[in-house]
Amino acid sequence: MATLQTRASARLMMTPAVVLLLLWMAVPLSMTLYFSMLRYNLLMPGMEEWAGFLNYRFFLTDPAFLTGLLNTLLLVGGVLLISVGGGIMMALLLDQPFFGQGIVRLMVIAPFFVMPTVSALVWKNMLMHPVNGLFAWIARTFGLQPVDWFGEAPLFSIVMIVSWQWLPFATLILLTALQSLDTEQKEAAEMDGAGAVSRFIHIVLPHMARAITVVVLIETIFLLSVFAEILVTTNGGPGVQTTTVTYLVYVQALLQFDVGGASAGGIVAVVLANIVAIFLVRLIGKNLE
Amino acid sequence: MGEIRLEKVHKAFGSTVVIPEIDLEIADNEFVVFVGPSGCGKSTLLRLIAGLEDTTSGRILIDGEDMTARSPAKRGLSMVFQSYALYPHMSVYKNIAFPLKMAGADKAAIDEKVRNAARILNLTDYLDRRPGQLSGGQRQRVAIGRAIVREPKAFLFDEPLSNLDAALRGSMRLEISELHHQLNTTMIYVTHDQVEAMTMADKIVVLNAGRIEQVGSPLELYRSPRNLFVAGFIGSPRMNLVQGIEAEKMGAATIGVRPEHLQLSTESGHWKGRVGVAEHLGSDTFLHVDIDGIGQLTARADGEFALRHGETVYLTPSPERLHRFDDAGNALS
Ligand SMILES: Nc1ncnc2c1ncn2[C@@H]1O[C@H](COP(=O)(O)OP(=O)(O)OP(=O)(O)O)[C@@H](O)[C@H]1O
Ligand SMILES: [Mg+2]
Repeated sequence: MATLQTRASARLMMTPAVVLLLLWMAVPLSMTLYFSMLRYNLLMPGMEEWAGFLNYRFFLTDPAFLTGLLNTLLLVGGVLLISVGGGIMMALLLDQPFFGQGIVRLMVIAPFFVMPTVSALVWKNMLMHPVNGLFAWIARTFGLQPVDWFGEAPLFSIVMIVSWQWLPFATLILLTALQSLDTEQKEAAEMDGAGAVSRFIHIVLPHMARAITVVVLIETIFLLSVFAEILVTTNGGPGVQTTTVTYLVYVQALLQFDVGGASAGGIVAVVLANIVAIFLVRLIGKNLE
Repeated sequence: MGEIRLEKVHKAFGSTVVIPEIDLEIADNEFVVFVGPSGCGKSTLLRLIAGLEDTTSGRILIDGEDMTARSPAKRGLSMVFQSYALYPHMSVYKNIAFPLKMAGADKAAIDEKVRNAARILNLTDYLDRRPGQLSGGQRQRVAIGRAIVREPKAFLFDEPLSNLDAALRGSMRLEISELHHQLNTTMIYVTHDQVEAMTMADKIVVLNAGRIEQVGSPLELYRSPRNLFVAGFIGSPRMNLVQGIEAEKMGAATIGVRPEHLQLSTESGHWKGRVGVAEHLGSDTFLHVDIDGIGQLTARADGEFALRHGETVYLTPSPERLHRFDDAGNALS
């Protein structure tokens, strides 16, 4: 039995870590909160003054904000859809026995190790470029008009790039889930007369539900802050077609030197992330029980 | 109907031959038990019949129809797995209903059959639970329920009771035997527990290294084992096997006497020995007796038989219950 004394000493031992974590979180957060209430522009040093919620008003009423919000949700949703859907299919494929399985599995994971900036540049200049790109070359080979990806479907292009980066992660997690499925269960379903499709729907998918939940939660956290891919490909454009909330904060802080406005945007992004998190946990969290 | 025939069935995984060649006939409504030591190919043989493994060569006929190339679902057999293989995310009801749903039965028919199966198996109170919330015995019954709703031609059981404790094993054994009488369907049952084999089977198939050593009713195997392997495998405690001069005196390379066929006396008898360990089971006492020139023999005595460690005892084998084997281990008649 844990006595009162051991509990007290346990608390004492944990204190440094807890305090450090609290400071780690609380200090930047409260500084951001404080800055978000200031009129603070780097072009006008020494002119900081209390602005109350003015920064929030400007940020939230900025016409780019609603677009940014929508783009953020589209980006997150699109990438989730492609990476989870594609991940399930890849996992199913990689679970089949075939020659060179080990090497193929290793190669599938590779995109995950490529830096976001690098992969975005590769996609932009070598694959999607309307003149030099591989896709354009393929289109021309078939006598088609090459597509100007970043001009015509900028957000979709970014979704593609980010999905490519996250597909390996989803594949890997889902593959391990798939491999942990009891073979006797599959055989039982086979004997019960379930065909391949029924087996997938009734046995495999429910078995993977938990892993899918984990993938969705983790990916969402990272996807809300996608930035480098936008910066090196479209710079948020054309217009504000690929501007997300994260990118908007960057524009405020580093292009307009408005620290106050950027901080307000940062806080809005935090709130947004929390809303999404609560929503997600409500929606699929029960799978984790 | 559920008559199963194996013709020259051969199975190899790559270069490892698991089943060299087996011919076997299983009649309709028969309860057949496959027994044999671990790794002898019992599960493999069952899975071949189920269609979960492909035969390397040979034919499998069910009701006279060649099923060798049919998929498992099309063979009309049900299987109960050792790990039960229940679907963990489905309720008991849905687990039992699954094969019917896959067969495209309508809701009312499914409901009726599931409730009927649940009634037979005493599962009515648990229909809403998940498998994870059931005890081992209940899970076992769900697995059986899932098997019976399909009304298969034959049931295949792969060591279904090996995960249960001794008491539950005893009662489930009875339940399965009872089920067999109720349903009147062919059952093939794999086990390495020879008590299960002896008590449940109409016919026992003793396997060793993928070969059939002997096929027969439990009593046939008990009374006249065809060779040393069967003699040693059937019966508990094991048959005493004696080699050497004592065996040669009776014109055999090896003689075998079951512990229950040795008469005990404190005064006179065929062999004289000293009592080693005595195992008192209440109804019976098993005496391990050391005999000079032969070694240790096990003898069954009455539960009240009062002999202590180190005391002298005389053993006499009943001549008509003596088994004699030749050099190759085959029984001499
Ligand atoms: N997929 C496989 N590939 C290669 N060898 C296999 C395979 N499955 C089984 N074997 C081999 O076949 C032999 C028989 O296996 P099987 O599972 O039929 O034994 P068993 O009689 O059921 O044993 P147990 O009582 O331990 O369950 C074993 O030697 C095993 O190693
Ligand atoms: Mg086995």
